Amino acid sequence: MESPFIEVVGLFKSYQRDSLEIPVLRNITLNISQGDFLAFMGPSGSGKTTLLNLIAGIDKPTSGKIFIAGMDITELSETELAVWRSQNVGFIFQFYNLIPVLTALENVELPLILTPLSKKQRRSHAETALHVVGLAERMHHFPRQLSGGQEQRVAIARAIATDPAILVADEPTGDLDKTSAEEVLELMDRLNRELNKTILMVTHDPRAAERARFIRNLEKGELA
Amino acid sequence: MELFKLLIRNALRHKLRSLLTLVGIGVAVMAFALLRTVVTAWYAGVEASAANRLITRHAVSFVFPLPLAYRDRIAQVPGVDEVTYASWFSGVYIDKNQFFARLAVDSETFFDVYPEFVIEPKQFEVFKRERNACIIGIDIANRYNLKLGDMMLIEGDVFPGQWEFVVRGIYQPRDQTTDPASMMFHYRYLEERVRQEMPQRSGEIGWYIVRINDPDDSAAISREIDRMFANSRAETKTETERAFQQSFLSAASAVITAMNIMSFVIIGIILLVLGNTMIMSARERTHEFAVLKALGFSAGQLFFLIAGEALILSTLGSALGLLVTLPAVEGFQAALPKGWFPVFYIKPETIVFGCVSAFLVGLAASIIPLRRVLTTRIVEGLRHVG
Ligand SMILES: Nc1ncnc2c1ncn2[C@@H]1O[C@H](COP(=O)(O)OP(=O)(O)OP(=O)(O)O)[C@@H](O)[C@H]1O
Ligand SMILES: [Mg+2]
Repeated sequence: MESPFIEVVGLFKSYQRDSLEIPVLRNITLNISQGDFLAFMGPSGSGKTTLLNLIAGIDKPTSGKIFIAGMDITELSETELAVWRSQNVGFIFQFYNLIPVLTALENVELPLILTPLSKKQRRSHAETALHVVGLAERMHHFPRQLSGGQEQRVAIARAIATDPAILVADEPTGDLDKTSAEEVLELMDRLNRELNKTILMVTHDPRAAERARFIRNLEKGELA
Repeated sequence: MELFKLLIRNALRHKLRSLLTLVGIGVAVMAFALLRTVVTAWYAGVEASAANRLITRHAVSFVFPLPLAYRDRIAQVPGVDEVTYASWFSGVYIDKNQFFARLAVDSETFFDVYPEFVIEPKQFEVFKRERNACIIGIDIANRYNLKLGDMMLIEGDVFPGQWEFVVRGIYQPRDQTTDPASMMFHYRYLEERVRQEMPQRSGEIGWYIVRINDPDDSAAISREIDRMFANSRAETKTETERAFQQSFLSAASAVITAMNIMSFVIIGIILLVLGNTMIMSARERTHEFAVLKALGFSAGQLFFLIAGEALILSTLGSALGLLVTLPAVEGFQAALPKGWFPVFYIKPETIVFGCVSAFLVGLAASIIPLRRVLTTRIVEGLRHVG
């Protein structure tokens, strides 16, 4: 059997506060196949965000290994990690984190600046991504002119614009009303099924978790 | 979409804050340029001095005269090319608030030694032939609306009496460092009346101007001249024209030093104004920078965003400042008594220095915010509530 797409081995993470060492993640071992849709649940402070950030390569573990497509990303330097993220990970945040001075289209084009695409190609990629999330008519709107649900869909368009294999979403529906949340989840479901994106999602919302194919529970830094 | 677009949008994000920053930088740059220009004006004499001219004056003080008889002896010193002389006439023209130099000069040689006073040969010929003729700078002609053939009435003070001069020449300054507002007339006219009215002061001149062949010999020649008149009735002090001009400044040197320091303090103020704006902006955008870093933007790209914004503000601000400097300098000069600073202009160096400092200040102002952005870990930045 070939090795899984994402392989987390013996992961520890602790924070130093003053002279105190606070363990956050303890001995996490986890395998995720390509095309999985996985939800992490668990009480507040159990380390869900921390685990997601480690797998997404925006944080470094205290010890342990994270193999993604066979490569140990914990061995990469900051610069190498940045390049790796730009090619492999799409980010969806609870508060959308769009750049307020850029239009929807420009926000989606932003990560494409890091690719070798021409200006024209970048624009057409961004337009396609906005089509996918159903916001083609809103592409020249600024974030403040959009509803929360629309903002989150723009954020999803930004996350998929570079066609990364992995999408990480930290409580993507946490700030949305029920209808908007449904739309966003529907969209993520489609990205998983139709485009075969591997999705890792942290959520408190059982209805959101239902969309995932697997649910893993974190309890005080350990996988239950 | 290019990163440059984000840079511009960022700069325009808080229009009022950016505007205030621009105005702050502009005002400071203007103050800087104005101060530098005043310092330049003060140093005008030093700037204008020629390396091949020495000044020989009375050893005790510039105000004591020297005998005219020294002239031929100075001319004998090896390395001396030409000797001319001048006397400070002073006097009151129209009223006591009209400042410009009035000199009695040896008309045969003075303008040879001072080629920076450019006179048409025809005018010069007429001037030389007429006893009470004078030559005035173009600024004097303009200021008092004087034309060739006009009379100038001067009430003497150093040399009491009513003095009448007729304008026979109007000189143009050779360049910006040349005093365009002096008046020169024949020493022999002065001497003629002095001999009749104050015979005890006859045969005296104010100072000698010695043109030498090689500026490298200036120290040796100066020593030689002064040695010649040591232990005589009027000992001399000879120095380069530059040193001579600088000695005039020593009285004002504390003020000039203060202005020099002030002008650099102003650059510091610009740095603080801009630095403050940049630090505030970067702090507000902590979250956004964390997002950009998560997306994979490099340190170089973040530097481009932050320093670019600072440079736009500093460049536009100093352009604004330099733009208003021109009218400000003119207004400043108009506010001063006429002729206070005969040479008053914005040196190109001042503008270049202003622009270069704006650029450096722009870079410097981005150091702290950039450092903060680069050292803030992504997860911390994302947690940050702004
Ligand atoms: N920078 C930090 N310094 C110190 N402790 C931290 C830091 N970041 C996180 N922690 C701690 O690590 C633990 C796990 O945090 P994490 O954000 O992963 O939890 P979470 O499961 O995502 O919680 P929530 O559901 O509230 O988002 C918490 O106790 C938190 O206080
Ligand atoms: Mg969390």
